[in-house]
Amino acid sequence: MDCENCGERDAEITLTEIENNEMRTVHLCSTCAALKGVSVEGSGAPPIADLLAHLGGSGGEQVFAADAEACDYCGTEAREFRKTGRLGCPQCYAQFADQLRALLGRVHNASQHIGKVYVSSAVDADDSQARLSTLKRRLDRAVEIEDFESAADLRDQIHILTEVV
Amino acid sequence: MSGVLREGPELEAQGLDWLDDVGPEHEIVVSTRVRLARNIQGFSFASQATGEERETLFQKAREATQATEVLGDVDLWQMTELGSSERTLLLERHLVSRELITGPDGEAPRGSALALGNRKALGVMINEEDHLRLQTLRGGFQLVEAWRDVDQLDEELGGRLPFAFHHEFGFLTSCPTNVGTGLRASVLIHLPGLVLTKQIHKVLEGMGQFGVTYRGLYGEGSKIVGNFFQVSNQTTLGRTEEDLIDSLKTLVSRVIGYERKARSHLLREAPNVLEDKVWRAYGILGHARSLPFEEMMNLLSAIRLGVSLKLLKTPSVEMISRVMIHAQTAHLERAARRRLDETDADVFRAQYVREALAADSASEDEDTGEGWDRHSGDAT
Repeated sequence: MDCENCGERDAEITLTEIENNEMRTVHLCSTCAALKGVSVEGSGAPPIADLLAHLGGSGGEQVFAADAEACDYCGTEAREFRKTGRLGCPQCYAQFADQLRALLGRVHNASQHIGKVYVSSAVDADDSQARLSTLKRRLDRAVEIEDFESAADLRDQIHILTEVV
Repeated sequence: MSGVLREGPELEAQGLDWLDDVGPEHEIVVSTRVRLARNIQGFSFASQATGEERETLFQKAREATQATEVLGDVDLWQMTELGSSERTLLLERHLVSRELITGPDGEAPRGSALALGNRKALGVMINEEDHLRLQTLRGGFQLVEAWRDVDQLDEELGGRLPFAFHHEFGFLTSCPTNVGTGLRASVLIHLPGLVLTKQIHKVLEGMGQFGVTYRGLYGEGSKIVGNFFQVSNQTTLGRTEEDLIDSLKTLVSRVIGYERKARSHLLREAPNVLEDKVWRAYGILGHARSLPFEEMMNLLSAIRLGVSLKLLKTPSVEMISRVMIHAQTAHLERAARRRLDETDADVFRAQYVREALAADSASEDEDTGEGWDRHSGDAT
C-alpha cells in the first residue's frame, strides 16, 4: 500500500486519530509519519559515533582527535573509537581522559561521577571516606524521596563503615 | 546461603513471574526494568576481548553469580549451547539483548551467557557489550523496588568481582553513553489515549527536556508498535542513582496523568467511536485465522484500552501481557515444537490468541455467571 500522504513510499504505519467523535485511519510511510510527529524508531540518544563525526567536522575544536595516542593496555586507537563509539578496555578511560571529559560533557552534561562509589574488597581509608560521603549523600536523598526502607539500610551501612574507619 | 546452580536447563516459564503480578498503575504501565552495566578490571571490554578472555570472564561471572544470595537458585544458559529459536525466546522475554545472542558473524558469541535468579527476572547478562549487565523486570510501575533489587545484586557481585571503577568517571563501560552509574531504568508504558488525541508528539518532545528518551518494545533501534513506548533515562553520569530513578519516576507519573486525562476525554467526547474501535479489535482477535504480530499488537492495544476503561470485562490486563509474550514467534515455535515460517506463525498466532481470549472469557463467566455479551451499557 502506498503512503496516503506522499503517495510515493510504501505505507508502514497505521495511524488512528479521533476528532469530533469521528475516527480516521491513515496509512503513512515512516517519513510522513515522522513529519506528523509519530516516529517508529524512538528518539534515542544520538549514537556516539555519529555524534563524534558531527563534532569533528566543523574544523573548530575536535572533541576526540584521531591522532591521540593509542591505549597502552589494549591498543585501541582514537580513530577506532571515533568509528565504533566503543572503548577497548577500562584503561582507555585513563588514556583518553582529557578527550573523554569533553565528550562526556556533551553526552551527559557532566564529567564527574557522583553516584555509588565502588570499593573493592581491599578497603583502604581513603576509599572508606569516599564511600562514607557517598552513603551519606544517598541517605539524604533517600529521606528526601521518602524511600525509608533504603534509608534504614544506608544508615546501617554508614554505621558499620564508621566503626571501621 | 547461596542457591543451586542449574546449567542449561530446559526453557520453561523462567523470567516470566512478573506476569503474575501486574503491579501498580497496570492500566497504563506494562512493566519496569532496571539494569546496571559493570565491567571487570584487567580485561578488555567484551567486544574487544578474545574468545579465550571471554571464556575466562564467563567462568568468573558464573562462580560469582552462583555464590550470591539475592539471586537464590540460578539458571544459567550459555548462548553457544542454545538453538537460535531458544535464544530468540529469551529475547522475546526481554531477558537478553540482541547483542548477547548474536555476534557480528551471526552466530552465538562465545562466552555469552544469561544467569537468571528465581524471582523477579533478576539476573545477569554475561559478556554482552559490557562484561556484566545486572537487570530485573517487574510488572507495572515499580522503579524504586526494581532499583533496590539490582542495587543489592550489585553490592554482592561487586564484593566478589573487581569492578572497573574510576574516581572521576565512575563505573567504566564499553560505550561512554553508559559510564558513571551504568544505570538504565525504563518503563514500558501504553499511551493509546495520547496517540488517539494527537498529543503524543508534545509529550514525547517534552520528555527530552528532562533527560528522558523513548524507544520501541525491544529497546534501542526497535520499532514502536501498539502504542507501547519504552521510556528511560538518557544520561548516566553526574547524577546519583536515586536521583535518576526519582526523576524518571516523577516524569512517568506525569505522563500517566496526561494519559488518564486523554482517556477520559475520549470516553466523554467520542464514546461511540471508542467503543466501536475496542469491540472491533476484540472481534478480530477472537475470530481471525491469520494474525501478523504487528496487527495483533495494534488490536491488543485497543482492547487493553477497552479493559482499562471498563468497556470490556475480559480479557484481564494480565492476560493481555501474557499474550504479548506468548504470541511471539519463538514462543509459538516452542508450543508447536517446530520451526514456523511467517505464514505458519501468523496462523498459529491467531489460534493462540483465539484460545487465550476464549479461556479468559470462560473463566470470567464462571466467576460472575454472566453471559458473553458484556456491553458496558448504553453508549450515550
